[in-house]
Amino acid sequence: MAFSPFITKPSSVSEIMLQVLFALIPGILFYVWFYGPAILVSMLLASLTALATEALMLKLRNRPVAPFLKDNSALLTAWLLALSIPPLAPWWLVVVGTMFAISISKHLYGGLGNNPFNPAMVGYAVLIISFPSYMTHWLTPDGLGDITLGFSDQLNYIFHGILPGDIKLDAVTMATPLDTLKTQLHMNGQMKTILDMPIYGHFAGVGSEWVSFGFLLGGLYLFFRRIISWHIPVAFLVTLFAVSGALHLVDPSRYAPPLFHWFSGAAMLGAFFILTDPVTSPTTPKGRMIFACGAGLLTFLIRVYGGFPDGVAFATLLMNISVPLIDAWTQPAVFGRKDRS
Amino acid sequence: MFSALLAMAAIAITLGAVLGFAAIRFRVEGNPLVDKIDAVLPQTQCGQCGYPGCKPYATAIAEGAADINQCPPGGEEGIRKLADLLGMEFKPFGSSTVTKPKAVARIDESTCIGCTLCIQACPVDAIVGAAKQMHTVIAAECTGCELCLPPCPVDCISMVSIEESTGNWKWKYPVYALTPSQTAAP
Amino acid sequence: MRKLYTFHGGVHPATCKTQSTGKPIAKAKLPSKLIIPLHQHVGHSARPVVEVGERVQKGQLIGRADGHVSSAVHASTSGTVTAIDMQPVAHPSGLPELCITLIPDGLEEWLELEPIDDWQSVPHTELRHRLRNAGVVGLGGAVFPSDMKLYAHKHKIKTLVINGAECEPYITCDDLLMRERAAEILAGAELMRTLLYADEVLIGIEDNKPEAIHAMRSAVIAGKHANMEIVAVPTIYPGGGAKQLIRVLTGIEVAAGVRSTDLGVQCFNVGTAYSAWRAIRFGEPLISRIVTVTGNVASPQNLETLIGTPIIELVAQAGALQGTNGYIMGGPMMGVLLPSDQAGVIKATNCIIAASDQLFPPPKTVLPCIRCTRCADVCPAQLQPQDLYWHARAKNFTKAEEYHLFDCIECGACSYVCPSNIPLVQYYRFAKSEIWAQQASQKAANAARERHEFRESRLEREKREKAEKLAAKEKAATKSEAAPVSDKPDTGPVDETQRKIQAAIDHARAQAATIKPKNTEQLTPQQLAEIADIEARRARIREIAQASTDTHTRE
Repeated sequence: MAFSPFITKPSSVSEIMLQVLFALIPGILFYVWFYGPAILVSMLLASLTALATEALMLKLRNRPVAPFLKDNSALLTAWLLALSIPPLAPWWLVVVGTMFAISISKHLYGGLGNNPFNPAMVGYAVLIISFPSYMTHWLTPDGLGDITLGFSDQLNYIFHGILPGDIKLDAVTMATPLDTLKTQLHMNGQMKTILDMPIYGHFAGVGSEWVSFGFLLGGLYLFFRRIISWHIPVAFLVTLFAVSGALHLVDPSRYAPPLFHWFSGAAMLGAFFILTDPVTSPTTPKGRMIFACGAGLLTFLIRVYGGFPDGVAFATLLMNISVPLIDAWTQPAVFGRKDRS
Repeated sequence: MFSALLAMAAIAITLGAVLGFAAIRFRVEGNPLVDKIDAVLPQTQCGQCGYPGCKPYATAIAEGAADINQCPPGGEEGIRKLADLLGMEFKPFGSSTVTKPKAVARIDESTCIGCTLCIQACPVDAIVGAAKQMHTVIAAECTGCELCLPPCPVDCISMVSIEESTGNWKWKYPVYALTPSQTAAP
Repeated sequence: MRKLYTFHGGVHPATCKTQSTGKPIAKAKLPSKLIIPLHQHVGHSARPVVEVGERVQKGQLIGRADGHVSSAVHASTSGTVTAIDMQPVAHPSGLPELCITLIPDGLEEWLELEPIDDWQSVPHTELRHRLRNAGVVGLGGAVFPSDMKLYAHKHKIKTLVINGAECEPYITCDDLLMRERAAEILAGAELMRTLLYADEVLIGIEDNKPEAIHAMRSAVIAGKHANMEIVAVPTIYPGGGAKQLIRVLTGIEVAAGVRSTDLGVQCFNVGTAYSAWRAIRFGEPLISRIVTVTGNVASPQNLETLIGTPIIELVAQAGALQGTNGYIMGGPMMGVLLPSDQAGVIKATNCIIAASDQLFPPPKTVLPCIRCTRCADVCPAQLQPQDLYWHARAKNFTKAEEYHLFDCIECGACSYVCPSNIPLVQYYRFAKSEIWAQQASQKAANAARERHEFRESRLEREKREKAEKLAAKEKAATKSEAAPVSDKPDTGPVDETQRKIQAAIDHARAQAATIKPKNTEQLTPQQLAEIADIEARRARIREIAQASTDTHTRE
């Protein structure tokens, strides 16, 4: 107590992060419902790795460990990364991705608050570039495939890479709806017939549409708790909707409807949880809109024309680079200086 | 082939004409760099840099004859500004350089014999007095260059460092430890 | 219903005001001594006009306004001046300032005052002159000399805003003043309106003070004040900041470095209006003010306190409690922790909070900024505090200024909401004072350069003139063809000067050795006292000179 203000509002970084973690729960519940509990194992693995890496890096950087471990930011990175990679991934994939995210993309840039790129997305990008085949094998949602793996079978695969009997990995996994769409379109499939395939569920994919819905619920919670502002999710989703909708109107046989883009892949997770990471997004309202519009456009372009199954991660990273520029360009007018500056 | 050559020649001539015109039209009198450097220097005119004043030092820097770390009154902040201005690396003071807190000269009035030597030495006319009259320093105008000290035959001039007061007091840079247990009151 | 405007951001800290509103304003007891600083206002320090040992009457001028922006200081009660020296003052630095120490004689003997019954017939310059000599300054905290603000120059003032918002937690001095002395506040407002030729008077009071609003509204009706309106404004911190209140009441935004009079508005605190009225109507100089004494005390209350009352004695009257670990002057959002509890109450002291760990827990662990922009969301100046922090922390002052550092009003809302507990305002204060210091030294350097260049050209000119004179002489000499060739060596003049100086030194030494001062021995005690007195006066003059050069450098 040396200088004013002598009173503070009870709020903390760790509480904010905790709220975000809490908001992820509906999506996770849907995830478990459709893909089995394997995701929980991934999340646990990622969490432990993240905390251990965080502690190690803090020690190496000669920083106090306890206050930073308690800020929950490492946990959030771990959860987001675990939710972005296939649920049935070998343990080392999760561990390598998380370690990279925390050590290289967070601590080498100065730790909490100083990283220019979203750590979880950096981890994801490294994994999809380094281990593309592991990253494209998604568990077949419950009820779609012939074989359903039990929890012990899933654990066995995660830790030992062994599947029961002579089941092949391909028999229990499949490409994501986004990936399938791209392949089918490549083989000159018609949008209508493709979307009638069982994997597409009601409109965007069995499982993925419900998981996305869960993230949407969580995102709304964050908005009403004023943890995030509306600018980024709204601008992102509207851009994605507008671009995909326009092209869908032009050529419905080649371009998927906008709702498909909203509810498949990581669109909802990205809109509410990844792009809204305060550290790596702009600080001005106008800047946030520009940032999210850019991310929406890039996501769409990468999804439709790019080589990767989903575009959210790369769109996020590309827009992360431009944050300082966007911030500098979108400084709002100061009190009493509206006409002058 | 021939037309290409002609075109190139035409462009060269035009651009040359523009450059020539600009050189005459926008001609800058004097050396602006010297003035820019001079603006950064503290204007104590003390000669500690080895030059007879701030302007000569600025000229020397601009010509590359002097280093940017020869001005003790400017402090490290001054070196940083010079480095910024000239696009050079920051260079710390040499080991022999001593930087002192800001001070002003004060004449002990009972010892002063009124010789006017200090008045002649003062680079900024901050000493008033006349022959055989008591001299005094206008504290507000004194740059603290100490040039009046050596000529005084009776050693009646001393440097009085400027004390901190509520007028020149500054808020301090916040200091805190990252863990509450280490927090010390700044 | 008047249309009210809003300003960006703001916070809602717990108001903690009811503790001290339960009791009416009481008169503080006469303290054992009064320590009255000569520099309680913006501008130049006042010049002492009394001597040590002198008996003064209550209300007597003890410090004369000195310079264009300055204000007078008066004896808060009758008694004896015991010291005019450097004492710790109510300033965050804890550094001493020139103060007049007064030991009260308990008689409270007033100077003969000069009341004005019909102030409307008095010329405005005379009224302003009286305000200046009565030491009336802004009591909302800015302590700017009021007479200077009561001159509209060539501007048309449309609205005079009287600030009764009092948005800071804990502080209730304006609230109680409005409840109890509404009529006199309004009379003061009317006086100010007349001096400014303002069209209307808007008195903004936050809606968490219904009693004050009621009292003031009744007084408007009772006093038949035309063009005067009491406006209840929403309770939000910092709604009582002058810029914010002007915005809420008129929609006008006064940016930093802009005079509100240029935009047709002027703003005063209710306490200032009251004091201005007392000064004009009754001739009473500003020697007391209402101070809220609250926090860790047995009975928080508002005390009408003489300027100069030591903080510790004032707090004792409200019942000091165990666990107090410091005294905050002002509110918990913008106040300063006083380094000394011996300092005297000054004109800016609206509130003294006895702080304890229960009321104000020690600061929490500071984490890095996560750019969450909660600070930007609450900033009433619409700044980007996270960017300002970034640049101030890096000591990149040019950048900080580019991001409008000087538009920051230091309200503390950003630090209040920061989840990383960063002392943001402290960084801004640091950056501001560094920039001020740099500007001052730049100004000094420019002045030095000018003087140096002038000197150079003067020396050049003298040399030239000398040469010309010499040439003319030589010409004349060759004409007469009787020029004796000087055989003096070139170094002659130098030797000559040195010889003369040596002679002067020898002479001085010889004098010092032979001539003994006649009157240094066998002095009567009377003479000794006189000498001591003269010496003391010399020392004081030196100090004053020092202090005034300090204020010069501060300008």
